[in-house]
Amino acid sequence: MKLTVQDLNSHYGPAHILFDIGFEVGEGEVVALLGRNGAGKSTTFRSIVGLVAQRTGRIMFEGKDVSARPTHEIVREGLGYVPEERRIFTDLTVEENLEVGRQPKRPNAPYWTREKLFSLFPNLGEMKGRPGGRMSGGEQQMLTIARTLMGNPSLVLLDEPSEGLSPKIVEQMVDAILTMKKEGVSIVVSEQNLHFARLISDRAYIIERGRICFGGTMAELDARPDIRDAHLSL
Amino acid sequence: MAFYVVQFLTGLASAASLFLVASGLSIIFGVTRIVNFAHGAFYMIGAYIAFTLTERFSGAFGFWGGVVVAALAVALIGVLVEMVLLRRIYHAPELFQLLGTFGLTLMVEDLVVLIWGPDDLVGRRAPGFKGAVDFFGQNIPSYDLFLIALGPVVLGILWLLFQRTRWGVLVRAATQDRDMVAALGVNQKWLFTSVFAVGVFLAALGGALQIPRDAVHHAMDLRIIVEVFVVVVIGGLGSIVGAFVAAVLVSELNAFGILIFPKISIILVFLVMAVVLIVRPWGLFGKPEAAARKTPGLTVNPWRPLTSNERLAALAALVIAAMLPLFAGNYALTVGSEIAIFVIFAVSLHFLMSVGGLASFGHAAYFGLGAYGVAFLAKMAGLPMIVCLLLGPLLGCMGAAVFGFFAVQLSGVYFAMLTLAFAQIVWSIAFQWVSVTGGDNGVLGVWPASWAASPSHFYWLALGVAALVTVALRVMVFSPFGYALRATRDSLLRSEAVGINAKRIQWTAFVIAGTTAGIGGALFAYLKGSVFPDNLGISLSVDALVMVLLGGVETVSGGVIGAIVYKALNIWLVSQTDLSKLVLGGFIVLIVVVFPKGIVGMLEMLAQRHRKSSPPGSSLLAKPIESAE
Repeated sequence: MKLTVQDLNSHYGPAHILFDIGFEVGEGEVVALLGRNGAGKSTTFRSIVGLVAQRTGRIMFEGKDVSARPTHEIVREGLGYVPEERRIFTDLTVEENLEVGRQPKRPNAPYWTREKLFSLFPNLGEMKGRPGGRMSGGEQQMLTIARTLMGNPSLVLLDEPSEGLSPKIVEQMVDAILTMKKEGVSIVVSEQNLHFARLISDRAYIIERGRICFGGTMAELDARPDIRDAHLSL
Repeated sequence: MAFYVVQFLTGLASAASLFLVASGLSIIFGVTRIVNFAHGAFYMIGAYIAFTLTERFSGAFGFWGGVVVAALAVALIGVLVEMVLLRRIYHAPELFQLLGTFGLTLMVEDLVVLIWGPDDLVGRRAPGFKGAVDFFGQNIPSYDLFLIALGPVVLGILWLLFQRTRWGVLVRAATQDRDMVAALGVNQKWLFTSVFAVGVFLAALGGALQIPRDAVHHAMDLRIIVEVFVVVVIGGLGSIVGAFVAAVLVSELNAFGILIFPKISIILVFLVMAVVLIVRPWGLFGKPEAAARKTPGLTVNPWRPLTSNERLAALAALVIAAMLPLFAGNYALTVGSEIAIFVIFAVSLHFLMSVGGLASFGHAAYFGLGAYGVAFLAKMAGLPMIVCLLLGPLLGCMGAAVFGFFAVQLSGVYFAMLTLAFAQIVWSIAFQWVSVTGGDNGVLGVWPASWAASPSHFYWLALGVAALVTVALRVMVFSPFGYALRATRDSLLRSEAVGINAKRIQWTAFVIAGTTAGIGGALFAYLKGSVFPDNLGISLSVDALVMVLLGGVETVSGGVIGAIVYKALNIWLVSQTDLSKLVLGGFIVLIVVVFPKGIVGMLEMLAQRHRKSSPPGSSLLAKPIESAE
């Protein structure tokens, strides 16, 4: 397995947010983490990369237990994270944003250069010198993915990549994710939008109130309309 | 005309060092969010080490080599400080960071005297810049011209460093969003350490370059840090260009202020700062900060008024304290009066800091103004003691009203820096305006009237006033005004959303705290029989902060306990050792790192644990203060 999460529990102050979360991602797989607003998708991702201080459980990445390691070490193992709020460095230009994400080449992961990323996201190539703060939401979303890819990850946690984007940009996003998959990057994508998830994912987990309540292939999910309707707003 | 040009050039030359130190402070703040109070100390160590290297080892490094090696050595010390101390307090509230680095400053002040002695050291001239250039009959030292050129060169180098290197890009990214930088695989720890090293290097270089111009002495740290705070408040914290422009501005104002107001030249700088704060509270080149988590205020224990049993206990304690004259001698009674006066001072700051969330680093200004108020009334107008005691604190009240108005426009570290700068301005006026305040000689012969002259009578007076003030402030905490003040502390936006005029409430609290401190100062003047500029100096302001912190910022009664314990300890310590600053500084650092909740906080925590045997929430209460994010 590429990534195995077991018994993940997280707290914010006195509030218990995640309850015994567990899921798996295979080599080269695209797995969707589906759930409504506030179900715990973002907290799951933040916990995996060590951005939530109070968490317990086991996180195995490429056979190594990374749960006790600091964020930058987890990321340097090749586990990339694209946050939901994009968190572009608004004062930095597109190229400088990419520079922050740059990490050395990794043997077991695809190698991304600026040029390769600019061909994946042509819009970015046309605004290399523009400050991140003066880009549209769609362009920022592309930049935040490209920035994470500069670290040559072998697995990427993508937090709601389609959120707030126009249909045309969503199409580009689907293409970009499929290209990443073809290059060999494993992906966990959190989504509220089942339609978008179906276009890119091999398997799906459903999270509700901090608990995983379904896991299976997309076909198995389609066979259970009751689960789909109970936990996802369509 | 030539004279004014020379004056202008002298100002530009002084700006160079100021800019170096201020840019270092700004860079460190940008990434670590710590206002490094010890920056002046690093500046001072830079000057001392450069002095030694250029005097004793000039054969090894030469003058310029000595300057650079000194700055590098201090940067190395900075790295040690960052790794040992700062890494432990990055997530603590701002107040603790300011105090921790201030404790460091105190330690350094004693250490340099221990190593280099108390006398001023005059360094050698820089080789190649020993002469002066003639300018229409006026002399300009050629070293000044070198410094004038150096400022823009350093600005250019810093610009290149931040725009053209990977390190610079990472630093700028971390200034905006540290967590995201970590989530992209960058090791924050080393980034922080390297940033701190660069900032300290700049400060030490600034100090080292001063030796051909000024004597090296052990008080130069406080002088520069106050000017640097003024510079970054005007220029905008975190902006290097702002630091440059403001350093030039402040230096020029100083250079020409001497011509306009020879006695109180600092007034001009103050006026400019006031204007900038009204127009752009975040400085000329700064950016408005997102509302940060306020200073202490992570109160998990809700505050409540005393129960009737606790009231009886407090009353009993007061009665026992009042019986002290029955068995104690005159010395003990004088110490007792002093402690009572410091209880007044501490509870006034506690009110502002714990209830209002406004950590003032210059609270002694109002204490001292109260003392001077009494001195003026008693000595010049010859009014009787009771009238002086009632009217004297009004000077503190007026000072607090004027300075408080500007200070509450800001929050967090800006508030702290500004209150410190105001206090230093008041101190400078008291020190420089000799014809009115007597300057360093102070005002002597402020003796109490005969009814309060005996130590026991004065003790009862001080104790009574302290009890009254404490009760009055406590009542205020649980009054509607107190609720409103606590609301502005906990969330400025939400309190405004429910219709509280937050700035006005905070201003009122500032004036109340200032007036109360003035009452303490008024009594203090009579206790000592004299008033000196030290009565409104920085070290007294810090004493107050330590008292509140020691007692516990998050508690209601921390001020009282903290004042008693601290003052007693302090009086004992001064009688025991010459290195009281070293011990005190180490003590402050220790509290900040190990006991951030203070004495009363610890007691409450223990009581809490005792009462309910570990319910699920109790582990949370037992944890040290963490950031809210």
